[in-house]
Amino acid sequence: MAGRFTPRWVSAIPQQVWRLGLIFAVLAAGLIAARRVLVPENFGARGHYRAEAVDTIVAQEIRYAGHAACEMCHAPIVEKKSQSYHRGVACEVCHGPQAEHVLDPIAHKPPAPRTRAYCPLCHGYDPSRPTGFPQIDPVLHNPVRPCITCHDPHDPTPPHPPESCAACHGEIARTKAVSPHAQLPCTQCHEVDRRHNVSPRQLRPTKPTTREFCGQCHAQGAASAPEIPKVDLAAHYPGYVCWQCHYPHHPEAR
Amino acid sequence: MADGPCTSGEPGPGRGLAQDRRAFLRSCVAAGAAPLVAGMVVAQEPAAAEGPARYDPREHYYGMGVDVNKCIGCGRCAEACKAENNVPRDAHHFRTWVERYVIQAHGETEVDSPNGGIDGFPERADEAGVERTFFVPKLCNHCANPPCVQVCPVGATFTTEDGVVLVDEDWCIGCRYCIQACPYGARFMHPVTRTAQKCTFCYHRVVQGLVPACVEVCPTGARIFGEVHRRSSPLERFRRFNEIQVLKPHLNTDPKVFYANLDGQVR
Repeated sequence: MAGRFTPRWVSAIPQQVWRLGLIFAVLAAGLIAARRVLVPENFGARGHYRAEAVDTIVAQEIRYAGHAACEMCHAPIVEKKSQSYHRGVACEVCHGPQAEHVLDPIAHKPPAPRTRAYCPLCHGYDPSRPTGFPQIDPVLHNPVRPCITCHDPHDPTPPHPPESCAACHGEIARTKAVSPHAQLPCTQCHEVDRRHNVSPRQLRPTKPTTREFCGQCHAQGAASAPEIPKVDLAAHYPGYVCWQCHYPHHPEAR
Repeated sequence: MADGPCTSGEPGPGRGLAQDRRAFLRSCVAAGAAPLVAGMVVAQEPAAAEGPARYDPREHYYGMGVDVNKCIGCGRCAEACKAENNVPRDAHHFRTWVERYVIQAHGETEVDSPNGGIDGFPERADEAGVERTFFVPKLCNHCANPPCVQVCPVGATFTTEDGVVLVDEDWCIGCRYCIQACPYGARFMHPVTRTAQKCTFCYHRVVQGLVPACVEVCPTGARIFGEVHRRSSPLERFRRFNEIQVLKPHLNTDPKVFYANLDGQVR
């Protein structure tokens, strides 16, 4: 290894160390060469990934044009829909992905579901759906006729909106009808905002929160009919609200 | 965790020399690498400026909100996702799907999702024994601390600067590690390309200013898309006005899909 002009410290390095150094150099060169070949060019430009992968994903074709695209041409229908219960339902929910229609309105006409099978996807009765969401039993609700004979999908207000509480709360109404409270209107005990008909979950009716409320009729000395059962509010299980034990809609309310 | 090479712990007895050597080597490497790093940064500047026109991912950080109380289980989200993203049209591959939870009075919880909810849910015969029941839309949670990204051996799945977890399908080797690692079952193996696939938050739509297809078609507004930590975004408004939970918080994945009105039985 050591020639005539090499410095003393170089020739002092033992031969086996040179060999070891050579092996390490070859390994390092191999590693660098392998990384050159195996690691893609722009890997790590934005993070631990190929930067151009993002461009490939971004280049994917858009199928759903979005509600704003519909509004540009179909103003009358959009206006009508914006005043209806379906104001939150985008056009492409029923009419399908329509990016092609936006690009070429003549060649690509959007389909419209006119069969009875489509609307129950949302409006068929399902106990898992949130209470208050308008649902029908497709077997019983005006059988055979397509939904669009009575309901305009762009303004689907039913011909007879629910007027009484029993329209939705039928089970309570039926038990109350045979209970001692049959003569009382629901509003005797529940304060109901008028808008509860429209958005039942946002504006819930109130319930009596005090014993004194029931005591208006049922406390000893209350100015009510003599056949109404009365209790001493101070002695009768103090600390509980009455309806925790007595369900007021049941026939056996007592 | 044991002391890694970068851990700066207190030097214990008999470790002073090793610590000194480590510090010395670190300073050597730092001194040698500084010009290199500076050169790389300069070299990358033009490449970064070329990206998608007028869209800067560093200005955004996306998340999604799901209001379980509003979901009617119509499955339009799963249907729109399949149409938008060319997801295989069978009953086993979904980027988003709707689960029906049925909690029996005796405590047993049943979950089903026939065809992701696209064709509706079959009527149940045993309605009497049911205590409560509801729908839960599911999708990739786009975790801020994603286990799927950690396990990918080739760097084919990654988090973008705007917080979306994506798959590089040209680089994926189909090893399924990420499918195993995802605690939410949000990934699947594409039967034709044999690469991992998952929800992208419809990244190709989002960069154009559109919302994801599932959010676009949700008829009740149960899904809210927006930016996390930007007060004007609809998502932040949703998070202010609802009590928010995430799925499997004990796994420390830090999901960015936020659920409101989530039942304790949902997993």
